[in-house]
Amino acid sequence: MTKVYTRPGTIKEAHFHYCPGCGHGIINRLLMEVIEEMGLREKAICVAPAGCGMLVYNYFDIDTLESAHGRGAAVATGIKRVRPDNLVFSYQGDGDLAAIGTAEGFHAANRGESITVIFVNNGVYGMTGGQMAPTTLTDQVTTTTPDGRNPIIAGYPVRICEVFSMLDGTTYLERVTVNKPAAVAKTKKAIKKAFQCQLDGKGFSLVEILSPCPTNWKMGPIESCRWIDDVMTKQFPLGVVKDIK
Amino acid sequence: MRCHVSRSGYRGDENLKKLMSGNAALGEAAVLSGCSCYFGYPITPQNELTEYMAKRMNELGRVFIQSESEIAAINMVLGASVAGARAMTSSSSPGMSLKQEGISYLAADELPAVIVDMVRGGPGMGNISPAQSDYLQATRGGGHGDYKTIVLAPGSVQELTKVVPLAFDLADRYRNPVVILGDGMLGQMMEPVDFDNVQPPKEYPKDYILTGAKGRPSRMIRSLLFDTKEEEEHNWKLVRKYQRMEQNEVRYETFLTDDAEMIVIAYGIGARIAKGAIKRLRQENLKVGMVRPITAWPFPAAVLQEFARTVHEFFVFEMSAGQLIEDVKLALNGRGHIHFYGRPGGIIPTPVELYRIIGRHYYMASRREQS
Repeated sequence: MTKVYTRPGTIKEAHFHYCPGCGHGIINRLLMEVIEEMGLREKAICVAPAGCGMLVYNYFDIDTLESAHGRGAAVATGIKRVRPDNLVFSYQGDGDLAAIGTAEGFHAANRGESITVIFVNNGVYGMTGGQMAPTTLTDQVTTTTPDGRNPIIAGYPVRICEVFSMLDGTTYLERVTVNKPAAVAKTKKAIKKAFQCQLDGKGFSLVEILSPCPTNWKMGPIESCRWIDDVMTKQFPLGVVKDIK
Repeated sequence: MRCHVSRSGYRGDENLKKLMSGNAALGEAAVLSGCSCYFGYPITPQNELTEYMAKRMNELGRVFIQSESEIAAINMVLGASVAGARAMTSSSSPGMSLKQEGISYLAADELPAVIVDMVRGGPGMGNISPAQSDYLQATRGGGHGDYKTIVLAPGSVQELTKVVPLAFDLADRYRNPVVILGDGMLGQMMEPVDFDNVQPPKEYPKDYILTGAKGRPSRMIRSLLFDTKEEEEHNWKLVRKYQRMEQNEVRYETFLTDDAEMIVIAYGIGARIAKGAIKRLRQENLKVGMVRPITAWPFPAAVLQEFARTVHEFFVFEMSAGQLIEDVKLALNGRGHIHFYGRPGGIIPTPVELYRIIGRHYYMASRREQS
């Protein structure tokens, strides 16, 4: 029998702790596939966040640091300035990058730091139990917006790619998702491109990945994947937001 | 002594002492100590240090970033330290409050770093004049969790040239953040200084840093320990490290203590003021001496306990409302009489003022002895 698929050598033999239907597992796997395929295992340094993504160091067989909540881009800046030949990327959620760590992300982008941010947007604070995130959609119900997000009280969902695209330091920004096989393949391509952009010394790159969170969305996994297409992408349109050649 | 004013920084002319501000001298000492990364955010009264580093680090092709906040600066330090660099940041009181989160992570991750606090008046915005009111924040860890930082408290611009290489050495030796606790006066005042004895500290093997997993298993650095047993064991490991620091790293200076009947305890610029007062008191044959902690943490408790066998009167002077006195009380543990003069952020006390107050307490104490 021919083996058609196998675990990338850059993923440790551990069980993912993620909930059924969660997008993190796919994103983790894609990252490690890309790193293996691009031959970057010995160059890569990952900065893990606080939140559901923080345990990536249990899965990634590359050098990894867990940063404080929101500080990933500043920590990655420090690493990259010391080790410009390494591939340095931060893995950050929406609360991490778009709320508590906005300043660090924004200014790393504005300085054109040669780092990559993998931005996982699932519209909620997952690990703490499904509170409103800066990316929570208008009218979306969370544990802290029990009647739905009311923009008059709680503001509007933040579009990080579009905001960062205004900064001269950013070179490649793309929004993708992982809700179906074709989208997964596209996400892998986007990650590859972002890493290549860093290796070429072009500047700051970011891939925003719309990711299902069935547990906190109170939906089934398939329904969650549909909801991304039907609702989430209306606020967060997919595609390349910025790509400087 | 010949001096010249240096606007462009120290240039290694060994025949001349340079007249430099504490902030600039600290920067040069850091450069000579092999500091390869500096990250800072503007705040008075430490701006001369950030500006000095902007110029010198760029000249030397080392890393300088003016960060978007003190929070970002300390996290850039953490990143640089993780990558194996000798990294430093500096700030003043309000900015130090913002750095505490990062310092807690540095301690938890066991990463070396040097952090300078040129203390100013607080709380809140306070003002930009010198104060010592960050003492408890610096010596008790300052952020969340059970941790300690070594706290070095120099009292002159020349002493900065000793303390800075020592700070980098201790940070690497213990893999722990080290705080240099100065104040607005130390940072701003200009004094003659030479750098003849500043040597980069030795390089310690760094088998923990992240360089990319080339020819070795991958590494992870983290402070999240979900397993309760693992978390407690990690904390005990840190505690044992802090105990080693307490045993090995206490530093202090004594001044006219041989025949002293009253011992003043003061540190940093406060000790400088106290020295002026004590010299005047000695002219009137009042037997007053001083113990000056150079490490505010670990505190020289044992030396005070030793003095307490023969000396009964202790006088705590600090430019804060009652912080240093806590350590003196803990050290003396009920022995001796503790006199106190502290002034919180605001007006800087003068040696004459302190001379009068110590003198009054000295006479009160001797009358009490007689009765």
